[in-house]
Amino acid sequence: MAKVRVLIRPKGGILDPQGKAVERALPALGFEGIERVRVGRMVELEAEDPERLPELCEKLLANPLIEDFEIENLDDGA
Amino acid sequence: MLWGVVQFPGSCDERDALHACGQAGEARLLWHEERDLGGLDAVVVPGGFSYGDYLRAGAIARFSPAMEAVADFAAAGGPVLGICNGFQVLCEAGLLPGALLLNEELRFVCRQAELVAAGAESPFTAGIEPGERLSIPVKHGEGRYFAPPEMLDRIEANDQVAFRYAPGHNPNGSARDIAGVVNEAGNVLGLMPHPEHAVEALTGSVDGLRLFEGVSRVAA
Repeated sequence: MAKVRVLIRPKGGILDPQGKAVERALPALGFEGIERVRVGRMVELEAEDPERLPELCEKLLANPLIEDFEIENLDDGA
Repeated sequence: MLWGVVQFPGSCDERDALHACGQAGEARLLWHEERDLGGLDAVVVPGGFSYGDYLRAGAIARFSPAMEAVADFAAAGGPVLGICNGFQVLCEAGLLPGALLLNEELRFVCRQAELVAAGAESPFTAGIEPGERLSIPVKHGEGRYFAPPEMLDRIEANDQVAFRYAPGHNPNGSARDIAGVVNEAGNVLGLMPHPEHAVEALTGSVDGLRLFEGVSRVAA
């Protein structure tokens, strides 16, 4: 089984109100100078056939109209 | 005419949808594991939080047996109405263009909204003139209609916009004030506002009933 992590992000240019809300909260906590906060999702899974993962991501884990995804192989160097 | 109202685990508006359909024909529930739409003249995919809205609203519901049957029904020209979560499901299923994102202000909005009919032709808008205003409630956290600009241009050029929020009534930051769209053939309509909650004078408006009556008139 291949251990894999899928990172899903809102596409560039799409307003991300979650990121904005996090960004606005930071100065009150004393964190200055933080910009362009974007909030996405992370999915970890184990796959018998990693070849099919891009298809799985396009069909279910991400919506290609609004999200980009990136597949990381966690077995590398582990 | 016979309506089917899909019920997923996590649906919550199917009872009101049944009630609304019942005023324009007969109606029955369609459990999400059912594949047989035999005898149905129209289908409603109602609001709620199908499968907990995990991952993205509507993302998992689109793979249910009932939705596969609804996709075939739609491809054959059957009238399909997606309301709120149902609209999200239809977009995820690729039956309608675009996607619905978190509201711009992050707040769940629950209030009456003024809509303007935008001219899309569909069985549901059959009795509604372009420019007419309808008062129908919205209640959602993820209702910001989004599509890339070139897709929005195409939808508008094809007259696929069915409803827009009236000026000053856009509750969620939707692109170009779009509240509802139809597919290219016009038989599938999705909208965020809830026509099934606007069918009794007691609750403030009966404007929603017109979408249901439109279909029964066309089907009759």
